[in-house]
Amino acid sequence: MRVGEIVTAGFLALLSLYLMWKSTELPVGYIAGQGPGGGAWPFWLSGIMLICCGFTALNWWRENTPASRSDEPLLDAYGWKMLLFVGGGIIGFVALVSIISMYGAIAVFLFYYMWFLGRHSLWLSLLIALVTPIAMFFFFEGAMRITMPSGLPFTDPVFNVLYDIIY
Amino acid sequence: MEVLSLLADGMLLSLQPLNLMMILIGVTVGLFIGAMPGLGSVNGVAILLPVTFLVPPGSAIIFLAAIYYGAMYGGAISSITLGIPGASTAVATTFDGRPLARQGKASLALVTAALASFVGGTIANILFTLFAPVLATVALSFGPPEVFALMLLAFATFVGLGGDDIPKTVFSICFGLVLGAVGFDQISGAPRLVLFDYNGFLQGIGFLVLAIGVYGIGEMLWTIEQTRGEVKTTTPKMTAKGMAADTKEATKRGWKGTMIGSFLGFFVGILPAAGATPGSLMSYGVAKMLSRKPEEFGKGHPDGVAAPEAANNSASTGSMLPMLTLGIPGSPTTAILLGGMVIWGLVPGPRLFVDETEFVWGLIGSFYISNLAAVLMNLAFIPVFIWMLRMPFTILAPMIFVLSIAGGYAATRDMFDIWLMVGFGLGAFFLRKFDYPLAPAVLAIVLGPIAEPTLRQSLLLSSGDPSIFFTRPVAGPITIIALILIFLPAIKLLRRKRNTQKKPA
Repeated sequence: MRVGEIVTAGFLALLSLYLMWKSTELPVGYIAGQGPGGGAWPFWLSGIMLICCGFTALNWWRENTPASRSDEPLLDAYGWKMLLFVGGGIIGFVALVSIISMYGAIAVFLFYYMWFLGRHSLWLSLLIALVTPIAMFFFFEGAMRITMPSGLPFTDPVFNVLYDIIY
Repeated sequence: MEVLSLLADGMLLSLQPLNLMMILIGVTVGLFIGAMPGLGSVNGVAILLPVTFLVPPGSAIIFLAAIYYGAMYGGAISSITLGIPGASTAVATTFDGRPLARQGKASLALVTAALASFVGGTIANILFTLFAPVLATVALSFGPPEVFALMLLAFATFVGLGGDDIPKTVFSICFGLVLGAVGFDQISGAPRLVLFDYNGFLQGIGFLVLAIGVYGIGEMLWTIEQTRGEVKTTTPKMTAKGMAADTKEATKRGWKGTMIGSFLGFFVGILPAAGATPGSLMSYGVAKMLSRKPEEFGKGHPDGVAAPEAANNSASTGSMLPMLTLGIPGSPTTAILLGGMVIWGLVPGPRLFVDETEFVWGLIGSFYISNLAAVLMNLAFIPVFIWMLRMPFTILAPMIFVLSIAGGYAATRDMFDIWLMVGFGLGAFFLRKFDYPLAPAVLAIVLGPIAEPTLRQSLLLSSGDPSIFFTRPVAGPITIIALILIFLPAIKLLRRKRNTQKKPA
């Protein structure tokens, strides 16, 4: 935790510096007759962020915060595994949206989570993974008239059948 | 009398079939969300906000407010039966609720929690009805310096009263404000902070993207990592006869805590940074302090359940007061409600009471109906909620992720925003590990687009002289209070250091 805290503060300080630099694309000072320039608000706020990172580093050095005194790892084996499988699963889910459609990605993600991570039975996992996206299709496309991403053209035949039902 | 007439109209409006349906669904969903460990009102409102675009704005906010109400009631169910607070607002309920459940008095704890919540909600609704129109009338005369001073006060309370690490809290506030500045400069119209020159940032970062990322994805990852699926349920025996006896005992032994929680919770709820969690913890502390038998607290005293439960309901109504009258949210949940109102084309603040009278009083009327619906549904369906609490987290968690991503897309219609949401979720998970408070960032991204123009207009009015915030009769005291709150932690630190230096001498 101790190393993680200072690394995080360092990363956030770099982010603050980048935001300050980016803000200077617009005037950051006071323009007579116009008021503060367009970049002033984010520039000075990013400056305060940078100062806060400095104070966090100082607190870390003085061991004032629980994280700076902790010898425990940031995440134990379970935590890293959870982050890899759950966080990775979410990233995979979003990546699949543009390939197999939002509803297809929902089905795959639910099946992956319940069957592989949750160790539920194959039938229960399949049932929930299929019923949920179909129900969501009728809610979003039928009731709310919101079109979700339909993926690559190979998904068209499935969507044609579903659209025939709601239109 | 005019207030009573407006309130009666509002209640009739909230009893219209669509609104009543929204209240019943909202309360039920809220009870479930509040009861689920790891999910609170803020998660529920953030995740479900996109699905409210199907109904008119009035019904949508009634639905979300009902979720807020239901979640406050629901939090007690898991605190008592699982020993895990359903939400942070119900943390104090576990102190005495869980010991009561272990003694075989789970039914008494649940009935006490429900009744205290109802009384707390009712008292808060009456206080809200009395105070809101007066505050809105005063706020009508506010100009840009007063509005900016109020924004400053909202952020200052996070620093002075929040109780989190100060540099990290200030960082979180500023980060939210900077995220709110991404896109275009509101006054010159020039592109601003187009990060990494990626055009997706030109449209800005919506508050919903940050809110769902933090509360829908980040908090769920946090809960999965923290709980590891190890929860044990205590199943109470609920019979009509037993509940009648419990009601009698709850009234006899929990009335004092209920009264303390109802009034203290409301006034703590009004403070922008405070909300229901500190309100319930403070009420528990005060109830214990004023009790004749403080030694019984923590071992299963009904007052220890009543005080925090009355307070969290009362505070949730209290936090709506500054949101509706001043346009400043009193809690993270009301920050999301405020963002939703902006999306629906409503401008929260004093003008709302003049321009949208029907909407405002319909919402206030719905508070009373939601409160009644919540207590009835809570008591009637406690066994159902306990049964639902046994749903494996490995089914609930993916459902929440799916709702977050599909709901987020429905609101923004942009895959770039979904990637940002996932990024914020993962970032929030790590920042939370290092005790960075995230609620201030969500509040700031909502208030940033209001705060910046008012600051610039004020400085333009005074030709760049910042003393405008100190010399005006309303803005002056607010700014001074805000500055005191900002420097309060530093003053406390200096005093503590001086005291420790004196001691060795």
